[in-house]
Amino acid sequence: MERLFKKLTQMSAGLLFVILAATTIVLYLSAKPAIEQFGVNFLFESRWGVEEQQAVPARALDVENLEARSSDESFIEEDEDFIDDDEDFVTDDDFESDEGSSNIVYGALVPIVGTIFSTLIAMLFSIPIAMGIAVFLAEIAHGSIAKPIGIAIELLASIPSIIYGMWGLFYFGPFIANIFGGNTVSLLVAGLVLGVMVIPFMAALSRDAISTVPEMLKESAYAMGATKLEVIKDVVFPYAKSGIIGSVILSFGRAMGETMAVAFVIGGVYQFVGSVTDPTNSIPVVLANSFAESSGLSLSVLFYLALILFMMSFLVIAVAKHYFLRRKK
Amino acid sequence: MRLIMNRLFIIASTFAAMVGLFFLGWILFTLCAKGITGLSLKVFTNDLINGGLRNVMVGQLIISGMATVIGIPVGVLAGIYLQEYGGESKTTEFIRDLSDVMMSAPSIVVGTFVYAIVVIPTGHTSGWAGVLALFILMVPIIVRTTDDMLKLVPIELREAGMAIGASKYHVTMNIVIRYAKAGILTGILLAFARVVGETAPLLYTSGSTEFWSTDLTSTFPSLTVSIYNLATMPDEEMVQLGWTGAFLLTMMVLIINLIGRYASNKKRS
Repeated sequence: MERLFKKLTQMSAGLLFVILAATTIVLYLSAKPAIEQFGVNFLFESRWGVEEQQAVPARALDVENLEARSSDESFIEEDEDFIDDDEDFVTDDDFESDEGSSNIVYGALVPIVGTIFSTLIAMLFSIPIAMGIAVFLAEIAHGSIAKPIGIAIELLASIPSIIYGMWGLFYFGPFIANIFGGNTVSLLVAGLVLGVMVIPFMAALSRDAISTVPEMLKESAYAMGATKLEVIKDVVFPYAKSGIIGSVILSFGRAMGETMAVAFVIGGVYQFVGSVTDPTNSIPVVLANSFAESSGLSLSVLFYLALILFMMSFLVIAVAKHYFLRRKK
Repeated sequence: MRLIMNRLFIIASTFAAMVGLFFLGWILFTLCAKGITGLSLKVFTNDLINGGLRNVMVGQLIISGMATVIGIPVGVLAGIYLQEYGGESKTTEFIRDLSDVMMSAPSIVVGTFVYAIVVIPTGHTSGWAGVLALFILMVPIIVRTTDDMLKLVPIELREAGMAIGASKYHVTMNIVIRYAKAGILTGILLAFARVVGETAPLLYTSGSTEFWSTDLTSTFPSLTVSIYNLATMPDEEMVQLGWTGAFLLTMMVLIINLIGRYASNKKRS
């Protein structure tokens, strides 16, 4: 019995490893045809194959937007230094005809850029607000207010992401479009919805980090005559720094892999953004929208995308764990 | 000057908190306003094909429930291994890291994985594929909570058990687990609340259907996938039904969370 039990626990723990390894291997094997065909260039290729007509509106839109896209590209240079290196690539290839259906080209650049930028917008929006909430709850608000609000924030962090997506589509999208102009589905809306989604998560984690600061440290600073701002800036933040940065990175990872909140509001169009109010695409959304209708090479391409996303999130978590979230012994 | 800065800072921070809470309140408000108007008995008694949500709600609960039933033993046992048998070795740390990586892996990637190993070989979406996807999402959460809860068990209890000649198995099952039971249960409850609202991994593993089904080997009704489908339909009535589903889903998740919170508070006091 004793031995059996020990074996069982070992097997369960081993299963974790098996699942993770299997995920990586299966994704790689499934993506292999695409990897062989497109190689690393896949990452810098902006075209997404126009193949046999499918009922996916995104594809149809893509064809229509081919002309519009070449004019959009002039904007990219100003907006996004980030992809400057890839610029030659894009413009060189883009004027080749997409009609030659014998040679279908797939490229991940649009979804990758969309993913990164929507996540960055989300971070820009959510970090100040989440920090404000965390500081407010941990240091400013009186206990009788802070407690219920804290619980509410934690509960909100558990709301399914699809709810945020629906709200974004029906209320927030039109609201943003009214203010900034442009479409009700766009990169900006997607980023902001993501931001709203990670606020409770980030705020709860940061508040926990802040409340680990020993009272003693704060009190001695107050005793020296420091104001609240100085205490928070010079005592609390330095002490809780790694925890706070860790919470930001975890939120980053969460926003990056988020599907449902974005699927409603990003538009699902294989197109670079000319301005932030244009629709574009992100990796999880591509996966969610076109998986069921794909087969053969196009399916393999999707697995390639999934593998890229998996690696990206793996990297984020590895960085977070390695530098900031060392578990206390 | 310092005092002014201080004042400004406090105002700014409070303002940020207000903005954040405003957005979150806005979401809850629209959710309730739209959800409650569509609430009627019909929603609970009809299947999706007749304008109700009965089959998809039951389906969602069955999928998440099955995932939980399979996930509990695996997750708890793995947690026991980490805390009771693994010791301080490299392997233990490695598995802890793996479980954390899995916990934050994008849920859609889990969906693609299950699609590759279940849906492609069998040729169609099935309830079991959905169960497997949610199981993969759930196990690392349970491992983490079990691990953390067992860490809180005083070493003296284990030593006392050992001293009277109990085997490690007996000590673990009858003393350690019993001590940490409430905490582990709360963790499982929260893990359930987390997976019950998942959409992305179910999109093309379980799919969703408009008909009543309890056969896990075929395409299975799912509430979250149905909400996604309904909300993107042009028909006003369908969208309304989607909102009602979203409202019910959120209420379910919030209530489970509150129960978990209540249980863990009661234990502490």
